[in-house]
Amino acid sequence: MTAVASPPVAPPIKPSRKRTGWKTAAGFASGAVALFALAPAALDDFRLGLLAKYLCLAIIAVGIGLAWGRGGMLTLGQGVFFGLGGYAMAMHLKLADAGAGNLPDFMQLYGQLDALPWWWRPFANPVFALVATVALPMLVALLLGQLIFRRRVRGAYFAILSQALAAAMAIFLVGQQGTTGGTNGLTDIQGFFGYDLNDPVNRKMIYFIIAGALLLMLAVAWQLMRSRYGELLVAVRDAEERVRFLGYDPANVKLVAYVVAAGMAGLAGALFVPAVGIISPALVGVVPSIEFVVGVAVGGRASLIGPALGAVAVAWARTALSERVPSAWTYFEGLLFILPIVFLPGGLASLPRLLRKARK
Amino acid sequence: MSGLTVRDLRVVFDGFVAVDGVDLEVPAGDVRFVIGPNGAGKTTLIDAITGLVRATGSVTFDDHALLGRKVHRIARLGVGRTFQTAAVFEELTVLQNLDIAAGWSRHPLSLLRARGQVPSSVAEALTTVGLSAVRDELAGTLAHGQKQWLEIGMLLVQDAKLLLLDEPVAGMSQSERDATGDLLGRLAADRTVLVIEHDMDFLRRFARTVTVMHAGKVLSEGTVAEVQADPRVQEVYLGHAPSASEVA
Repeated sequence: MTAVASPPVAPPIKPSRKRTGWKTAAGFASGAVALFALAPAALDDFRLGLLAKYLCLAIIAVGIGLAWGRGGMLTLGQGVFFGLGGYAMAMHLKLADAGAGNLPDFMQLYGQLDALPWWWRPFANPVFALVATVALPMLVALLLGQLIFRRRVRGAYFAILSQALAAAMAIFLVGQQGTTGGTNGLTDIQGFFGYDLNDPVNRKMIYFIIAGALLLMLAVAWQLMRSRYGELLVAVRDAEERVRFLGYDPANVKLVAYVVAAGMAGLAGALFVPAVGIISPALVGVVPSIEFVVGVAVGGRASLIGPALGAVAVAWARTALSERVPSAWTYFEGLLFILPIVFLPGGLASLPRLLRKARK
Repeated sequence: MSGLTVRDLRVVFDGFVAVDGVDLEVPAGDVRFVIGPNGAGKTTLIDAITGLVRATGSVTFDDHALLGRKVHRIARLGVGRTFQTAAVFEELTVLQNLDIAAGWSRHPLSLLRARGQVPSSVAEALTTVGLSAVRDELAGTLAHGQKQWLEIGMLLVQDAKLLLLDEPVAGMSQSERDATGDLLGRLAADRTVLVIEHDMDFLRRFARTVTVMHAGKVLSEGTVAEVQADPRVQEVYLGHAPSASEVA
């Protein structure tokens, strides 16, 4: 420890950063090739449709990776935001399917309503609906987050609270049969902004939109993780109280990651609807919310690409296993959640590094 | 009135009075050591000043009343502290730790960019605390003494004007202690420094003034020599009146 006569000139950042930049660019490029060239060439229409669904889950996973992996918030209730985005999109598509002035089919079927409920009306506007798919979840997350983080609710309490919200959301939706379709949800969606969803070409277009959205969200998460904010978020995750003594309010830091993750879940919900053709309470409740997290745990929650890969891998394994032994999946899924957390906390994304270490 | 002024400070935990009517005056530029047996309320005193625990009475620093403000608001008024067990962000590098400490006043949107250059205050602090060579190491891998220096470095870039150091040289080697002591002396030129310390040799060499606490109260105050000569201090430390060298 020596005194300095004059402040030293700030040395440039190590050259290694440039190399990481290259690696990231190469990673994004190969991801784009895999999603836009390889997958459409290798998979038939049915499998590509499944992949589109998995990629929606991957978008949620990117957000969870940010909030949980980097921010330490175990978001066990992302179904809330996924559902908000999904219902916002489905409401618009149902109204568009019905045509101007008509009630959506299920409302006519149940016959409880003569006119469209007031809160359905704005969703007839495509711009409003599109903005709402992302803005609505973010707004709800902002309000919830204010309450939760200012009161310093965290850890297991945060996880339980967010899970309870997912349960409440599903129960609420089931209870509003006349206006939300109840247990059935909003189903049988035919068109997507003028494109017929029964046409395989249009379904392929939906796949490409989802793949593009995933890459975009990965880029957003990448920038957030490498930024000063990302460093601060990790600091808050590891020593929330310490951060206060440096003049920061950790509640604000966590809030940003929570709101961004909610926006990603909302976007995923919005894209899920045209890809799969349905949104229902069973897709937004406790069980799917936990499943979103399982993929993230398997892939490696703190890495950029791990959560997305894990989500796709788990969803794919689920389909593959359920096709053969339907009853075994639940047990397998439980194992998938427990094993990585106990034996491989860094998830699959940490395997290459561990292997390299083991070889040395 | 610059410097730190504490008046009739009381901290009560579930009926247990941890700090019991403490008055303290630490003028700007002072290096004040606070000593006392375990449980005397020294760390609680710092906790109260920094807003971590609820307290009654009054605490002013540079004309700002501190009590009742939130921890991060107090930190923004230029009050910085370290902890008994070095509290650094172990998963982040030394550079990242310092950069975060330098940053609360940055515009929120500017946080969304990656750090382009090492800020000059951070580079300066790296040199001052001698951690330039381990700049890109994870803080968790540092030796104990290095972590404590990193914490001091964080206070420097934070631009804290009141430094509250809780046992900063615990576990350091003799040469590291000397270096830390010298640094504290230099820092005090335009700051106010308050140190909790058990190491009497360190205290004798680097304290300008000393406050002795016992059972939540201030027992004695003055220069090192004055405090050493105080029979009440000898009483609480050793239970009898020994020779001065034994005490301090």
